[in-house]
Amino acid sequence: MKRIDRSKKVRTGFHQAKWDEPIIFELSTPGERGVSVPKASAAVAAAVGDGISDLPDHLKRKERVNLPEISQNRVLRHYMRLSQMTLGADVNIEIGQGTCTMKYSPKVNEQLARLVADMHPLQDEDTVQGMLQMYYEMDLYMREISGLDKFTFQPGGGSQAIFLMASMVRGYFESIGEADQRTEVITTLYSHPSDAAAPAVTGYDIVYVQPDPDTGLPDLEAFKAVCSEKTAAFMVANPEDTGLFNGHIKELVDYAHSVGALCCYDQANGNAVLGVARAKEAGFDMCHFNLHKTFSSPHGCSGPACGAAGVVEKLIPFLPVPSVEFDGKKYRLECDFADEEHGVSKVRAFMGVAPVVLRAYCWIRMLGPNGLWQVTKTAVLNNNYLFKRMMSIPGISAYYEDGNNQRVEQCRYTMEQVTKDTGITSGDVQRRMMDFGMHFWTSHHPYYLPEPITLEPTESPSKKDIDEYVDTVAHIIQECYQTPDIVKAAPHRSTIHQVDERWMDDPDGWAITWKIYNRKYK
Amino acid sequence: MIQIGLIVNPVAGLGGSVGLKGTDGMVEEALRRGAEPLSNERAKTALRGLLPLKDEAVIYTGSGDLGEASARSLGFETQVLHETSGSTGAGDTRALAKKLALRGVDLILFAGGDGTAADMYEAIGEKHPVLGIPTGVKIYSPVYATTPAAAGELARLYLTGFRSELEQAEVLDIDEEQYRLGRVDVRLRGYLSVPRKNRLIQGRKAPSLLSEQAAADAIAAAVIRDMEQDVCYLIGAGTTTYRVTERLGLAGTLIGVDLICNKQLIEADVYGSRILELAAGRPLKLVLTVTGGQGFLLGRGNQQLTPAVLQAVGKDNIIVIATQLKLASLGGRPLLLDTGSEETDRELSGYYKVIAGHNRYIAAKAE
Amino acid sequence: MKKGFPNHPYIPNSVPEIEREMLDFIGLESLDDLHKNVPDTLLFKGEMDIPEAFGSEYELRRHVEELFSGDGDCKKYLNFLGAGCWQHYVPAICDEINSRGEFLTAYGGEAYNELGRFQSQFEYQSMVAELVGMDVVNVPAIDWPQAAATTCAMAHRKTGRPQIVLPAILDPEKRAIIENFGRATIEFVTVDCTEDGQIDIEDLKKKVGPQTAGVYFENPNYLGVIETRGAEISRIAHEAGAESLVGVDPITLGVLATPPEYGADIVCGELQPLGIHMNYGGGLAGFMATRDEEAYVNEYPSRLFGIAPTVEPGEYGFGDVAYDRTSFGDLREGGKEYVGTQAALWGLTAGVYLATMGPAGMEEVGQTCMQNARYAVKKLNEIKGVRANSAGGLFFKEFLVDFTATGKTVSEVNDLLLSEGIFGGKDVSAEFPHLGQQALYCVTEIHTQRDIDRLANVLARILA
Repeated sequence: MKRIDRSKKVRTGFHQAKWDEPIIFELSTPGERGVSVPKASAAVAAAVGDGISDLPDHLKRKERVNLPEISQNRVLRHYMRLSQMTLGADVNIEIGQGTCTMKYSPKVNEQLARLVADMHPLQDEDTVQGMLQMYYEMDLYMREISGLDKFTFQPGGGSQAIFLMASMVRGYFESIGEADQRTEVITTLYSHPSDAAAPAVTGYDIVYVQPDPDTGLPDLEAFKAVCSEKTAAFMVANPEDTGLFNGHIKELVDYAHSVGALCCYDQANGNAVLGVARAKEAGFDMCHFNLHKTFSSPHGCSGPACGAAGVVEKLIPFLPVPSVEFDGKKYRLECDFADEEHGVSKVRAFMGVAPVVLRAYCWIRMLGPNGLWQVTKTAVLNNNYLFKRMMSIPGISAYYEDGNNQRVEQCRYTMEQVTKDTGITSGDVQRRMMDFGMHFWTSHHPYYLPEPITLEPTESPSKKDIDEYVDTVAHIIQECYQTPDIVKAAPHRSTIHQVDERWMDDPDGWAITWKIYNRKYK
Repeated sequence: MIQIGLIVNPVAGLGGSVGLKGTDGMVEEALRRGAEPLSNERAKTALRGLLPLKDEAVIYTGSGDLGEASARSLGFETQVLHETSGSTGAGDTRALAKKLALRGVDLILFAGGDGTAADMYEAIGEKHPVLGIPTGVKIYSPVYATTPAAAGELARLYLTGFRSELEQAEVLDIDEEQYRLGRVDVRLRGYLSVPRKNRLIQGRKAPSLLSEQAAADAIAAAVIRDMEQDVCYLIGAGTTTYRVTERLGLAGTLIGVDLICNKQLIEADVYGSRILELAAGRPLKLVLTVTGGQGFLLGRGNQQLTPAVLQAVGKDNIIVIATQLKLASLGGRPLLLDTGSEETDRELSGYYKVIAGHNRYIAAKAE
Repeated sequence: MKKGFPNHPYIPNSVPEIEREMLDFIGLESLDDLHKNVPDTLLFKGEMDIPEAFGSEYELRRHVEELFSGDGDCKKYLNFLGAGCWQHYVPAICDEINSRGEFLTAYGGEAYNELGRFQSQFEYQSMVAELVGMDVVNVPAIDWPQAAATTCAMAHRKTGRPQIVLPAILDPEKRAIIENFGRATIEFVTVDCTEDGQIDIEDLKKKVGPQTAGVYFENPNYLGVIETRGAEISRIAHEAGAESLVGVDPITLGVLATPPEYGADIVCGELQPLGIHMNYGGGLAGFMATRDEEAYVNEYPSRLFGIAPTVEPGEYGFGDVAYDRTSFGDLREGGKEYVGTQAALWGLTAGVYLATMGPAGMEEVGQTCMQNARYAVKKLNEIKGVRANSAGGLFFKEFLVDFTATGKTVSEVNDLLLSEGIFGGKDVSAEFPHLGQQALYCVTEIHTQRDIDRLANVLARILA
């Protein structure tokens, strides 16, 4: 036998699973059953009848639900196949989804999270002492990580945590009689859209400060020009989605404080600064972390999740309830201490998403303070390594590259030169990446930087992984110049080919459910 | 069947090669200097991009070098809607444009320069989908694709439904006489609807025209919401500002400056001293948008606002409105002031809280 | 002490040699240089007071298992708690699918590389649409309270009117969430309920007018009562030009009429009963549903996945319908509300559940719930001083149990039950003081006759 040639740097042989699996309704065979359902005992039936005869006719369902009828084996196979056609973080070198912090989610945490599967949120406190202790200690850990004074784990996602922060801002200014005066929230274009959208829901006008064209950081003079006694809050990420840490953040925070505004720190990009820089030292009044990003709980196709929100002492009365308190012997749920009139009593039901909090707890306990610091350092090291390699690809560059502000944990690159040369866009390259079992995310909208590619390696990939990723990008950029049609027509080896999306904005053409598809396309 | 309109201004671009800045009134001089007509060659470059549609498309155009010759030479099914008498001029562009719009063709491709675009606007206004093939000497108007080949590509994407969005792009014109003397005086002549080519956005997750229109409507609503009693509002030139006038149901002008008080039109298309006369000492506010491609706030397309008027208004009473996309397209560069008075430019420079939606503001610097 | 954690199993490049090699490549001396743009004033110089890392994965497991070893759950205890989070049987296949790493760790890819994510969400949307009798369903919202808050906001935006009518009987936590969410633009008005727990029609007529954007009611409501006059409520709303907004527990819909049959315009509800463990409340996920009309579709804040052809004949893919509605579009805060991570994995799970249950399963589970709950009411009413479902309303799986006549408070009763290994129903005496000492009990298909008999026997004994 000849020695097998393994010198290839990119996965030209990759093909994603393609099962040609039908839509689940197409699998239906009348009479098939997926699971047998518990029936009332004969004695129960004898005592109360069939249960549904009590219902007046107009309250009874008229026709059987039009659900598919499928045997269990076939349902399982259907979803197993769909799972194989899903490139989760467990199966690819997941450094392409910038801002999403797609780090490894340890499997032991998964197993431990299932310990709480059958707990009811209203169980007596005596039966949930371990659970409450876990919440209590997580609060203490998050205080250490941020320097702030108390946390809630109620928000079911980062955006809901931002919404909670905006709600607390409103409550605070109501409590000091300035709610009518303070009508504006200032944010930046490179913060998450929810930093604008969530305060808008709470009724605030949104004022954007644009990035300085040279540094990419919010323009301090512009900030001062719009920050006034009308400002309720400054809501900002640092680093922003450009991966640039704003060393002047405290000047903005101090200025906002000087006019009486509160400052809220969106720490969705917190992986850049664990153990290195905290909300407290920068002077923030509130912050939130995404436990499903920075703290390793898996993203679950987009939730369930947890946005842990913390505040300084003076804002504790505005936190939602219940909180977990400890008297030295027993943990208990405190429901009363919120500012009755102005506090935000609730944003999500019960205690938030306990399994996510528990996974984050496990993750922190496996790392300790030194490990958390290592996470950030390696994540930033990985990103700077990636950055240098990416920037060596002809046609790829980055804005705000003045040499003075190196990136922290992520970077938004631009391939505008490639587009100018070849007409191929970052959307085209994005699809082509899938032919190699990888992907990346472009940017939030509107695209402020042309032809964007946003990458965030986190601490999880090895150097070999990063090298393979960059080699693949370089390979495709070369294709843009040599065989552009292949890139434009991509993907070829992903599950499906280019989707013709022209009906997606057409009310007569879109089909959001199978029922509507069949109605519109007979 | 896809119906394509084609108008070629055969003399566009004639002046450039022989050192004339434009062709307005200079055709004979250009030909005398030995200029070669290139407009039809460039139009053909664009049409080549449509060859994949040849079997399902028909081109409606004018006779001879108004388009017919180019279209036929590439083998397109061609129908002549307008006969030219021989020496073509602006009248032919306008007449043919009207006939094509009436016919309801899917897209009118027109080859020329800024002057041709102005003729198009005059003939059919800002509603009908059109796209410019750049063949003229000077092209400031973003109604043109960047190159003839790009025009062909964009037209194909639009006609096959892959790029269905339209945007209103500015028709700008420079006074060629002044330009030849080295002075740039850009005027806003109107708007045309062109397939969106802005590459800020791409793929399907891009905004539809709907979202830009919705943003402009929201801005107009915000301006009206904040209008004060007995204050005179000057509504500047441009589509974004015109929406304010439209929303109030007033017969204002798209490319002029209108004066409004208590939501009633005092006078449309006002200029300089007339403004001060009409305001008659009442408080005066000015609603401006960004015009002229490069991000001009003042000095392009709104010369009616003389330094005297601007002095009377003052910086604090200037309300700047613009959609976020428009501001984003400036890439963080400041808004430009060129009022003709350095002193006025200086006084009006600094930061503005630009209204970009019903509850959205963007801090932007003007200088 | 030197900082850092070399060779950590989750951090491959913490291997010192590799770390050095990478630092050299980028031209930095040490890890400290990686944050040279963090000014000294912002650098955290202290130590985080967090326990040192466990030495092994095994130690972590032991620790966490021990931490929770003293806790009870609804397997150790016999549970009658519901009130917004309910114990139903979770078919094994649901857990099998939602713990698949491919789904569990996917997030924001495209339909090409995450076809399974898009398809499973589309199928979930499609099956819930069938269940609730609507055309369009969103990818999951955070929970029912958030879905209800958005439902009210959608009606408000669609009609441009200021008021939403909420029923007097409503989970107080849900009310707090709805009101906090809408308070910037919506005025909330409360309509009375009659003694049997239903909406007071006469009061509703007074509360609804040209200012009303929508009337929100639930079926069954917070206290378990089935609203029998839904059609009339909807008619009153519609005659005033308002929307009929209905919250449902979807597991009832194998047997109960769908909300559109009594006039609902926007339906919302909780997915947790559909194959999702309670997870101490972490299993919640909300949904909204409407007809396929542009005016409704444009008001959804959430992503909506639509099916579409690809360039390959016979192949399908998916895309985002009307993306610009959302705050992910260019409008950002100009979009509808905000989008972010919510509860997609539970939508996937609800889809698996519905596909597994099929039409027969949904009918059967509904029937079993109703029979068991009726049996429980019957048994509890045999106990002296205890009155179950005393107002006599129709109910599905939840009902009130009145202990007032026993001389004991619900809290006392529940303490006694707890010592017998039973979680009694939720104490609602503080939330609805006029009802006296009542608890909200939940009985579902997971309760056997023996379970219910045991509850009745223990209660009879401890109240005797």
